[in-house]
Amino acid sequence: MKIKVLRDILGANEQIARKNRELLEKNKVFAVNIMASPGAGKTSLVLQTIKALRDKVKVGVIEGDISSSIDAQTVGKEGVPVVQINTGGECHLDANMIQNALNNLPLKEIDLLLIENVGNLVCPAEFNLGEHRKVLVASVPEGDDKPHKYPLMFTTVDAVVLNKTDLLPYVKFNTDAFTKAVKGINAKVAIFPVSCTTGNGIPAWSKWLKAQMRPARNK
Amino acid sequence: MHELAITQSMFDIVLKQAERSKAKKVTKINLVIGEMTGVVSDCIQFYMDFLSKGTVAEGVAVSVISVPPTAKCLTCSKAFTVKELEWTCPHCGGASLEITGGKELFVESIEVD
Repeated sequence: MKIKVLRDILGANEQIARKNRELLEKNKVFAVNIMASPGAGKTSLVLQTIKALRDKVKVGVIEGDISSSIDAQTVGKEGVPVVQINTGGECHLDANMIQNALNNLPLKEIDLLLIENVGNLVCPAEFNLGEHRKVLVASVPEGDDKPHKYPLMFTTVDAVVLNKTDLLPYVKFNTDAFTKAVKGINAKVAIFPVSCTTGNGIPAWSKWLKAQMRPARNK
Repeated sequence: MHELAITQSMFDIVLKQAERSKAKKVTKINLVIGEMTGVVSDCIQFYMDFLSKGTVAEGVAVSVISVPPTAKCLTCSKAFTVKELEWTCPHCGGASLEITGGKELFVESIEVD
């Protein structure tokens, strides 16, 4: 006997993600899921974003890694509330891990929650966390062909931050080809070329981020 | 890459459905998986063999209907299937696309005794 099921395999994750979203909304926290391959500059972008926006909004951070608390220690030096999630082998953060992390953060004292996902361009794209925006950090040394190699990731995000633009003179990377490829499969995406080393482009990125927050804030 | 997590969620759905239908044995699981998800079907069968041991789904066969990416060209409005991850319109060469399929990931049906 055949029984129709028609159920989303990630339905359980979606349910918890919705609960996370409700909890965030209740506390007027705007959450951003930052994804990238390992070494693209997620932590550097988190640090730059804290520096750029700390006078205007209260920032909190969730650090996701397979193991270690190196990133949480680095970010913690900035004096913002931070929780480290160690996934213990899982290649992505899921809504359940975020639910636990949210319970360990002073949400009432946070306007902007930066969630740094596990370094990976495949799996994190599948799992909604309850975040308001998804952002991908791509970097110049990775090459300009990544949008077509990881289409799910590039079509899932609201913004792409192209990091390490200070290396453009030394690396074969065609910014126009990259932009065209990203826009081709995700017409609405915002693209921000930045260098987390020099700080170039960070003002445009943080201005965009702050503008996105507007409806969720006003505590 | 995250097939264990996916297989676990899928297994939970299957067991619940089997219980609701008072099935004695689940013989087959029919999945619909979009190619853009990057989920590897062989891995799902492997993990399913492991997870289902000692349950009504022990020895279940996992069958996958694979959905290729489809898109609509935003230049000429024609719909097409994306072949070999060539992300340009085969009709007009346009590179501005709306992805319309290929991200599916659901349990279509189960077959039970």
